[in-house]
Amino acid sequence: MATIEIDGKTIDVDEEGYLVNLSDWTDKVAEMFAGQDNLKMTDSHLEVIKFLREYYDEYQIAPAVRVLTKAIGKKLGPEKGNSKYLYDLFPYGPAKQACRYAGLPKPTGCV
Amino acid sequence: MLHTVNKSPFERVSLDSCLRFAKPKDAILLYEDGVYGALAGTRFESTMTEALKKFRIYVMVPDVEARGMKVDRVMAGIQPVDYAGFVGLVEENCPVQAWL
Amino acid sequence: MSEGVTKKFMYLNRKAPYGTIYALESLEVVLIGAAFEQEVNLVFIDDGVYQLKGNQNTSVNSGIGVKDFSKTYRALEDYDIDKLYVDKDSMTARGLTEGDFIVPVQVMDSAQLAELMQQQDVILSF
Repeated sequence: MATIEIDGKTIDVDEEGYLVNLSDWTDKVAEMFAGQDNLKMTDSHLEVIKFLREYYDEYQIAPAVRVLTKAIGKKLGPEKGNSKYLYDLFPYGPAKQACRYAGLPKPTGCV
Repeated sequence: MLHTVNKSPFERVSLDSCLRFAKPKDAILLYEDGVYGALAGTRFESTMTEALKKFRIYVMVPDVEARGMKVDRVMAGIQPVDYAGFVGLVEENCPVQAWL
Repeated sequence: MSEGVTKKFMYLNRKAPYGTIYALESLEVVLIGAAFEQEVNLVFIDDGVYQLKGNQNTSVNSGIGVKDFSKTYRALEDYDIDKLYVDKDSMTARGLTEGDFIVPVQVMDSAQLAELMQQQDVILSF
């Protein structure tokens, strides 16, 4: 199995780079994944990532983009609840990329 | 519509549930282990006799024969079909519900 | 994907959760299928009614150590899926009442559900 190393701790990831165990996640995991994509993490990124983790905790799924957009709009306001905002933050797609940074499994239905 | 049942009535409630939700004139196909519900002389015979008054019931012959029986063991009124007959039933009776 | 004719899809669930993969598979197909914006009805018959039982505990520490996907039924609303029907006879035969379920459902008798089945374009059986 593939692994990453953070602060001397070895963490399992799957062949596509998603965390194997949800509970291994820390802010630093998100930063490391972002670094691999040459992306500078900001508070705005982290806000979406934390939202995803809370959503997963509540419903046991990573939401589809359409659902994520709507749910973020409801919680964080309409200026953030739109796909432009989310794709500007996560150019590879809020579902795939943000979920990976958040330590969640790949969203259902994503290939 | 068409209902299909592929589980033995001695092991599962699939046939019972099918008969509970089927409407008059619906078609019911018994196949795989479902064919045990079509045989004469079982404790389901009276249930099936009643069901035949309301529904068109079919049985898959290759599944009957695979299980060591001939069509003569199937209750009168239950119509034997082959794979082509199965396809025909699906075509003529949409939608299909599979009672797994 | 919103263009074209809307069809009626029924997901007919008849298996208890965890013992077999049917319940989880059905739910995953429902979530994927939601992208197609069709009319969706979820029906729970026989042991399928157990899928909706509240207070499921499957945690790693004190339970069977698998995902508690009953929580996901609560997300269906976000996916615009709000037609959940429970067969009354199946529910009462199993000693359950409407208050046992994790989400609001409509309890129907078999005649009503039989009628609903007839109106579908596609029935997906689990």
